[in-house]
Amino acid sequence: MNHRILNILDPAAGNGCKTQRRVIVCAGTGCVANGAYQVITAFKEQIAAAGISMTTEFKAEESSHDLRLNKSGCQGFCQMGPLVTILPDQILYNKVTVADVDDIVRQTLVGGKVVDRLLYVDPTTRKPCQGIQDIPFYQRQQRFVLKECGVIDPESILEYLHHGGYAAAKKAILQMTQVEIVQEITRSGLRGRGGGGFPTGRKWEAARTQKSAKKYVICNADEGDPGAFMNRSVMEGNPHSVLEGLMIAARAIGADETLIYVRTEYPLAVARMKRAVEKAQQLGFLGDNIFGSGQALHCEVMEGAGAFVCGEETAMIASIEGQRGMPRPKPPFPAQSGLWGKPTIINNVETLAHVVRVINEGADKFKQLGSAASPGTKTFALTGHVANTGLIEVPFGTTLREVVMQIGGGITDRRGKVKANGFKAVQIGGPSGGCLTQEHLDLPLDYDSLRSVGAMVGSGGLVAMNEKTCMVSIARFFMDFTQRESCGKCVLCREGTRQLLAMLDDIIEGHATGETIALMEKLALAVQKGSLCGLGKTAPNPVLSTLRYFRAEYDAHVFHKHCPTGQCKALARPSIDPAKCKGCMACGKKCPVGAISGERKQPHVIDQGKCIVCGVCADTCKLDAVTGV
Amino acid sequence: MRAQAKLDSNGRKLVKIFTILDKHERKPARLVPILQAVQEEYRYLPQEVLTYVATALDISPARVFGVATFYSHFAIAPKGKHLVRLCDGTACHVKDSVPILDAIRKRLKLEGKKVTTDDMLFTVETVACLGACGLAPVVVVNDQVYGAMTPAGAVKLIEEIIAREQS
Repeated sequence: MNHRILNILDPAAGNGCKTQRRVIVCAGTGCVANGAYQVITAFKEQIAAAGISMTTEFKAEESSHDLRLNKSGCQGFCQMGPLVTILPDQILYNKVTVADVDDIVRQTLVGGKVVDRLLYVDPTTRKPCQGIQDIPFYQRQQRFVLKECGVIDPESILEYLHHGGYAAAKKAILQMTQVEIVQEITRSGLRGRGGGGFPTGRKWEAARTQKSAKKYVICNADEGDPGAFMNRSVMEGNPHSVLEGLMIAARAIGADETLIYVRTEYPLAVARMKRAVEKAQQLGFLGDNIFGSGQALHCEVMEGAGAFVCGEETAMIASIEGQRGMPRPKPPFPAQSGLWGKPTIINNVETLAHVVRVINEGADKFKQLGSAASPGTKTFALTGHVANTGLIEVPFGTTLREVVMQIGGGITDRRGKVKANGFKAVQIGGPSGGCLTQEHLDLPLDYDSLRSVGAMVGSGGLVAMNEKTCMVSIARFFMDFTQRESCGKCVLCREGTRQLLAMLDDIIEGHATGETIALMEKLALAVQKGSLCGLGKTAPNPVLSTLRYFRAEYDAHVFHKHCPTGQCKALARPSIDPAKCKGCMACGKKCPVGAISGERKQPHVIDQGKCIVCGVCADTCKLDAVTGV
Repeated sequence: MRAQAKLDSNGRKLVKIFTILDKHERKPARLVPILQAVQEEYRYLPQEVLTYVATALDISPARVFGVATFYSHFAIAPKGKHLVRLCDGTACHVKDSVPILDAIRKRLKLEGKKVTTDDMLFTVETVACLGACGLAPVVVVNDQVYGAMTPAGAVKLIEEIIAREQS
């Protein structure tokens, strides 16, 4: 084992690169798509041209270089990428292009001045914000799991060590007994962040007390919910924190083999996790004699193959064993008989990252945030019709209003402009979750209060929707997803989801009758009851939830053959609001079939007989006078 | 038939499968990673190769075929040269991803269940979520991610590839 490296686990030893100037370019999936790699190349060239001595590697000892350039994982503010952070100046530049690099190098790095035009401007106050400390999107968050994402180089184990990394694993393995670890986790009240919210300590205790020479720990990184990317970001931004949590879990139950099951759709996360495992092996944190304790611990990264159901514990085990990923009845629970029939625990990526903090700072500190029954913080992927989409972390109990209106910056219309009264709903928990409406804006987000209104935390996808979103087609969207992803084992899930989808199609196409809705409700409850696993049990949730809160919209489709938002083309009836129309004639000129008529400065009308419901008029109208399409 | 021809005319391909099988110690438990590696090599899973894998692992071809058809990542039909994937996750969906798909499919004359063009140049697929929700709607062409897409923008991407292929 390399003792020199282990020394920096002690914060007093080695002050490393603290005083060095740093340029950090976000290289999360979002920023990369917007050209972050080209920006990094440009920085390398321009910094060299300016004669600054630069390194791209983290070194534990005092560095002779004046500046370190590194890429980081997702910093969360995906909407504004590529993001460039300058430390210790605490400057955050957003939407940086290759053309801006020259200015940053000359003015900021050489001249010590801020390039104002690249700063984020708060849309409400119109004030430029210098760094994350000034930006409302970050100000209202409390980042723990995401704290190091966006700061450290995810591919450098040394830098993770320098930020106190692997201290918790070392403590758990060398100083704590199995019982002590499990007790600390139980006392922290940590609940599984993957969806169900099952108490992590209880899961560990069940596996710990099993008598077996072989036990397994699996990290569930098969984040399949459409609209959720929290786990991807943690794995890309701070892969060692996940690995460290996994090591603690293994120590707690007495496992010597661990496995990380990552979605194949996340190639970067797969690569970073694999690299993290390799580095940990090199330093003796994984292997036959971890931390010199005499204990063995091995870890393997496995890629999924694109089946949503494999996020379910027993289906994941089947997949690892080389079978079709189909769930089996519980009990026996995996903690009793899991992978290859041995006691196995399966924990989500984010849960494991929280474990590190609980061991480092203690259960009491962890419990200070969040609500009594849901302690700690939770990451959410905030997307859809909000001004600031991205990755956030807030304590449980934060209200929906705070998340959507303040961190998210409000609801946007179809042109991306913030609209004061545009909020319609938030879909939370993906295909297993439900909708939250205006009346829930002040509801605290936690496991139990969400369940009480027919939704769930799920893995944490939060999709905001504006008033132009048809809730029937949203329900159809999720039903289409679960219908395709049903593994086919339980008849009610396999056939029931298909029938529910067919009924939703009838509603959307205008063939439904009053009986359809009644039948749909009946079938939805039957699918919930007659399915083995979480996929089937929760599949009808989006239908039930939209029926509960948007019954009038279903009724309009069924009884009036009319889709109020105009999204369902068969039932759209575009019309022009005479009170809003100023008679500018713009829509009439754009209409491809000449269905719009009217005099200049007089309200126009749409000829329903000619209209092909293409929606061009609504896109053209600057006054939002066209409705129903 | 194409796959058969490929195998016969290029025996070296089979050597690759030996390497893959040996790397995974010919364990049936490693079936998923084995099929992933095979698909990486062929860009899909030819039926002959599946049968071969089954024989080598001493399991039934039905089991191999069962696994290959269960997971959406595995393709049992050949894919086009350029893979166009449209994200239809929730965030992309509410930001109007469907009209983009319609526009791409219309441009490539893909109808009904057809996903690959006759000239084998393009395969168009939808995926549930790529995790780039901040950039919705997202189109991925051969692993390059394009964010904030529009139907016109997507068609332009396709046109560019066609122009490159023709020149």
